[in-house]
Amino acid sequence: MEIIVQYAPVFLALAIVFGLYMTWGIGANDVANAMGTSVGARAITVKQAILIAAVFEFAGAFIAGGNVTSTIRKGIIDPTPIAGQPEVLVYGMLAALLAAAVWLTIASWRGWPVSTTHSIVGALVGFALVGIGVDAVQWNKVGLIVASWVISPALGGLLAFLLMQSIRKLILNTENPFQNAQKYGPFYVFLLGFVISLVTLFKGLSHLDLDLSVGASFASAIIFGLSTAFISWLLIRRVTMDPKADRKYHFASVEKIFTPMMIFSACSMAFAHGSNDVANGIGPLAAIVSVINSGGEIAQKSALPLWILVLGGTGIVIGLATLGYRVMKTIGTKITELTPTRGFSAELAAAATVVLASRTGLPVSTTHILVGAVIGVGLARGMGAIDLRVIGKIVVSWVVTLPAGAILAALFFFTLKGIFG
Amino acid sequence: MAQKSTFSALFGKSPFKALQTHMREVVECARDVEPLIQALADADQAEVVRVKDRIFEREAKADKIKNKLRLHLPKSFFMPVDRRDLLEILHLQDTIANRAQDIAGLLVERKMTIPPFMQVPLIALTARCIDTCEHSLSVIEELDELVALGFRGLEADKVNGMLKELNDIENETDELGMALARTLFEHEDDMKPVSVMMWYRLIEWIGDLADYAEKVGDRLRLLIAR
Repeated sequence: MEIIVQYAPVFLALAIVFGLYMTWGIGANDVANAMGTSVGARAITVKQAILIAAVFEFAGAFIAGGNVTSTIRKGIIDPTPIAGQPEVLVYGMLAALLAAAVWLTIASWRGWPVSTTHSIVGALVGFALVGIGVDAVQWNKVGLIVASWVISPALGGLLAFLLMQSIRKLILNTENPFQNAQKYGPFYVFLLGFVISLVTLFKGLSHLDLDLSVGASFASAIIFGLSTAFISWLLIRRVTMDPKADRKYHFASVEKIFTPMMIFSACSMAFAHGSNDVANGIGPLAAIVSVINSGGEIAQKSALPLWILVLGGTGIVIGLATLGYRVMKTIGTKITELTPTRGFSAELAAAATVVLASRTGLPVSTTHILVGAVIGVGLARGMGAIDLRVIGKIVVSWVVTLPAGAILAALFFFTLKGIFG
Repeated sequence: MAQKSTFSALFGKSPFKALQTHMREVVECARDVEPLIQALADADQAEVVRVKDRIFEREAKADKIKNKLRLHLPKSFFMPVDRRDLLEILHLQDTIANRAQDIAGLLVERKMTIPPFMQVPLIALTARCIDTCEHSLSVIEELDELVALGFRGLEADKVNGMLKELNDIENETDELGMALARTLFEHEDDMKPVSVMMWYRLIEWIGDLADYAEKVGDRLRLLIAR
C-alpha cells in the first residue's frame, strides 16, 4: 500500500510513457495494414487515412472497445492472491506493457509478422506466471483467446469468399456490370453500416449508459446502415464510365464505383481496429490507473477514464503519422492486385469479424484476420498470386511471440520489483 | 521499426501480368516475319538482316521476361490456376518466338530467293499465321477478366467463343500451308532438291507460328474447364 502511495506519480508517469510507446507501435504497424488497401486503391490519400484513423480508431475504442479492454485488464489474470500487494499488479502491468512494446519493436525491425495482441497476451501470462503463480492465469480464458486467433481469420476468410461470390453474381457476371454496380453498391455499404453498428449496439452499451433493447438495436442499426448507404449512393452516382480504360480491363469502370465505397470500408477497418487493438495498449494502463486512484485497492469494477482512451488514440495517431504512413505507402503501391472490388470484400469481411470478436471481448489480430480475408478472396479464384509463405511465418510468430512476450515481461517485472522494492 | 508489412508480404506478383507482357513481346516477334518475307520477295538483303536483328532482339527480350517469371513463381504461391498449366502456356508462347527466330536465322544464313510462283501465297500464309498469333494474344489479354470472375460465367463463355474462332483461323492456315506445299512439289523438278527441302521446311515453320498460337489457346481452355 505504502509503495503505491509513495511512488504514485512515478508509476503513473511510467504507465503513460509505456502506454504511449505501445500504442505508438500499434499505430506504426497495424493501422497501416488495416488502411493500406484503401490508400492503394486511391480511394483516400495518406493524409486522409491518418485523419480517418484518428477519428474512427478513437470512436472504435470508445464505443466498442470496452469489452476487450476489460479482458486485457482482468480477464487473463486473477489478482485475488495479491490483494494485499497491489504494487505487484502495478509492476506486472508496467512490465507487460513494456515487454509487448519492446517485442513489437524487435519483431517489426526484423520483419516478423507479429501481432500486437499476441504480444500483450503473452506478456500478461508471463507476468502472472512469475509474479503471482501458475493458478493466477485464467487458463480457460487464455485457451479461448488462442482458439479465437485461429478461428477469426478463418471466419474473415469465409465472409470475404461469400462477399466476392455475391459481387460476381450480382455485378461482374452480368451484361451491364457498371449499371449493376451503381445499383447494388449502396446495398453493400448498407450491409457494412448495418452489420458493424448492429454488432456494436446489440443489447446496448452499458459502459456508455446506453441500454437498448434488441429491437431498438436493430432499428438503430438499420437507420445507421441506410444513412451510410445514402451517402455512398450520392458518391457513386457521380462516377462515370471510362470506355478507354474499359477496353484495357473490362471491369475498370466497375472498380471506379467501388473506389468511393472503399472510404467506408477504411472507416470501418479503423473502427474495428480501434475497438480491438487500442485495448492492448490502454488495458494495462487502465489497470494501473485504477489501482493508483483507489489508493491501492485492486478494484474489480471501475469506469474507464476518458483520458486513457484519448491517450491511446493519440499514441496510435502519432505512430501512424511518424512511421505508419511510410508502411502505408509501400503497401499501397505493392498490392495493386487488391482491386477495389477485392479490397472492399476483404475489408468488409475483416471489419465485421473484428468487431464481432471485440463485442465478445476477445482480443484478436486485425492483421491476421485481414490476411485470412484476402485468402478467402483467393479461394474464390479471385487473386493473381498469394504467397502462402506468410501463413507459415504467422504460425511461427504465434509459437514464438507468446513465450518471448512472457520472458520479457518476467524480466521487466523483476527489474521493476528490484528498483521499487 | 516497421520496415516490412505482413500484409503486403501476402501479395505475390501476379503471374498473369507477366504472361501477358511475354505474349505481347512474342507476338511482336511473329509480326516481324511478314516484313522479313516481304524484304526477301523484294530481294532487299539489307532489310532482311535488319528485320532479323529486330526479331533476335525481341526474342531475347521475351526470354528475359520468361526467365523472370519462372524465377518468381515459387511453389508457395497460391494461384487460381494450376502452376504447371501456367508454365506450359509460357513454354508454348516461348516456342512461337523461337520459331520466328528460326525462320529469320535460316533466311539470313542461307541466301534464298522466293520462286515467283510462291511469292503471293507465301505472304498470304504468313499474314494469316500472324493473325492467329494476334488472336491468341487477344485471348491471353482476357486473363485479368477471367481472374475477376474466377474463370467462370460470362467471361469464360466469351473466351470459349474466342478460342473457337482461334481454332478456325488455325485450320485456315493449315489449308493455306498444304496448298502452298502442293504448289512447291509441283515445281520440284525445276528446282534444286535442297531448295525444295528448305522451302518445305520454311512453310512448316511459318505454319508452326499458328500451331503454337493455337496450342496456347487450347491450354488456356483447360484453365477454364477445371
